[in-house]
This record gives sequence, structure tokens and C-alpha cells, in this order.
Amino acid sequence: MINFTEEQLERYSRHILLKDVGVEGQERFMSGKVLIIGAGGLGAPAALYLAAAGVGTLGIVDGDKVELSNLQRQIIHFTEDVSIAKVVSATQKIQALNPDVKVNAIQEHVCASNIRDIIRGYDFIIDGTDNFAAKFLINDACVMEKIPFSHGGILRFTGQTMTILPDQSACYRCIFSAPPPRNAVPTCSQAGVLGVIAGMLGTIQAAEALKFLAKVGTLLTNSLLTFDALEMDFRKLVLRKQANCRVCGEHPIILELIDEEQPVCDLKNS
Amino acid sequence: MNLKINGEEIIIKKDNLTIYDILSICKVEMPEMVSVQLNGAFVERLVFASTVVSDGDEIDFLYFMGGGAE
Repeated sequence: MINFTEEQLERYSRHILLKDVGVEGQERFMSGKVLIIGAGGLGAPAALYLAAAGVGTLGIVDGDKVELSNLQRQIIHFTEDVSIAKVVSATQKIQALNPDVKVNAIQEHVCASNIRDIIRGYDFIIDGTDNFAAKFLINDACVMEKIPFSHGGILRFTGQTMTILPDQSACYRCIFSAPPPRNAVPTCSQAGVLGVIAGMLGTIQAAEALKFLAKVGTLLTNSLLTFDALEMDFRKLVLRKQANCRVCGEHPIILELIDEEQPVCDLKNS
Repeated sequence: MNLKINGEEIIIKKDNLTIYDILSICKVEMPEMVSVQLNGAFVERLVFASTVVSDGDEIDFLYFMGGGAE
């Protein structure tokens, strides 16, 4: 039981008024631990909304520094933050928005050797990364550690997301068994993205995290939500957990984590 | 043949088409970019060219989307 201060009762009053959240749901937010991997387009809105919601612990993982070209969509970073570490910039905004939130800032890129230690102990993970190597790594690590997570991807005017409950619902590898060939798929840094698409998708991921913590509603499991903002067309595609999935199937062949080849998205190194 | 592709009813005046043919008809330029679901089950990329679709089948293309942070 959390004893709310008067200030907290006021700050979270719109949650407490919500029939499906209430005091109990708010308590769950406040004792919840969510890890956001990537403080970029998806991670920025997710971090801000989860901080505003009073999620007790927010972990932020990112090894990059803020660049001017990030500011078109990564709304947690401001002009004055250019060239400082993204995790530092994000931590400052989160603390300014809601001092109740404990922030774990991890200035690293996830890789096979560190990810399991980084994600362990969190209730829910948000994948806000920009490359397939990281997306598959996060999927496999969350399946192995049995930590629920939200997958997200954006490109141009479109986005896709699904929520994975390891052992219970289809995972990312059930749909895509392996990363695409290098440079087969255009990425945001090559093909561009409308900034607000990141906000649309990242807030859906944050909503899933909050639903999971409060134990309300139906999570976006066994379905891939895709949208095309040009037509404002949303589609939910029903999927099944695949018995022959290489990581979560009946006879998994991926038993330990490996670093896939160099990230497809990284124009700087290609 | 009536097919439902990505949720839309489509009539194709040809039979004996494979997944590979459908990808080409739908102008998917790089089949390595998509995952294909046929009536709720994923089709291995290796058998795209040998998997024949039939009247009434539901086919979904799922695209890789990698962006997020950068």
C-alpha cells in the first residue's frame, strides 16, 4: 500500500478518477518498473508519458548523443541538448516533469553480452531501437528472461507495433524468423519519417505498458497493429504463436544470444 | 480466383498461382522484405515459389519496419 501525499492525489487525480485505474491502478504504476531501450523517436514520447503517469522506475538505455537531426521527432530532447548524451538529456526532462520517478540511465548500446543483465528486474520493456539487430536481440532476450515487451517500428508515414508476453503469445521471431538482408529494407535514416509518426507509435507502446501494469484491458498480443497515416488507416492483423519459432517454439534452436551483423539502419558506418 | 490480400478482396483471373506470383502481382519489389501469412500460418521464404494459393485464401504481407531511435 502506498500512502499518497496530497500532491500525488492531485497530480494523479485524472487516473484516480478513471474507473479502471483508480487508486489501485495508480499504485501499480508507482511500483512499476519499465525499461525503455532507445531514447529516440519512440522512446521519447513513451518516456514522457510514463513519467507523467508516475511509473515508479524508468530505465533508459541509449549510447548515443543528441544530434540536431533528432529534434524533428525525439521530443524529449531540446535544441540546447545537442551533443550531450541522450540518457542525460532524457533524465533531466523526466525529473523536471515528475520528481517522483526514479530514473536508471544506462549510457550503453544493448548487445548480446549486456542485455540480459540490463533488462532483468523490469516489469515491462519498450523496444524503441532503430535497427533489426537490436530488435531481434531484445525479442530473444525478453523471451529468455520471460519479460513482457512492446515491439515498435516506424518508416515514412507508417508504423507497426505488437506486445509480446513470452510463453503466452506470438513473438517477433514468430513473424520474422531472421533479420532482413543488409540494406534490403530502407530505414528512417535512409527513407525518412514524418516526426509525428514516432509520437503516434511511441504513445501506443506507452499505453500498452500502462495497461500491463494496471492489469486492465486487452493487450496487443497475437496481433500486429499497423497504420498508414497518409490514409489514416489502422489495421490489426491477427497472428498465432508459431510452434516452429526459432526462439519461443516447441524446440527452440536459439538458446543463447548472439550479436547479429552490424545494424542495417546505421548509415554512418555504411 | 478470389483472394483476400491484406484484408482486401481481390479477384485474379488466373489459377495455379504461387505466393511468389502473388508477391509479383502485388508489386512487392523485394520479397526478402516481407513475411507472408497464408490463412493464419507463416510461409517459409524458401517455399514461396512452390506454395500454390487457392480460391478463398487469405494472404497477409507483413513488412519489416526498423526505425525508432537513430
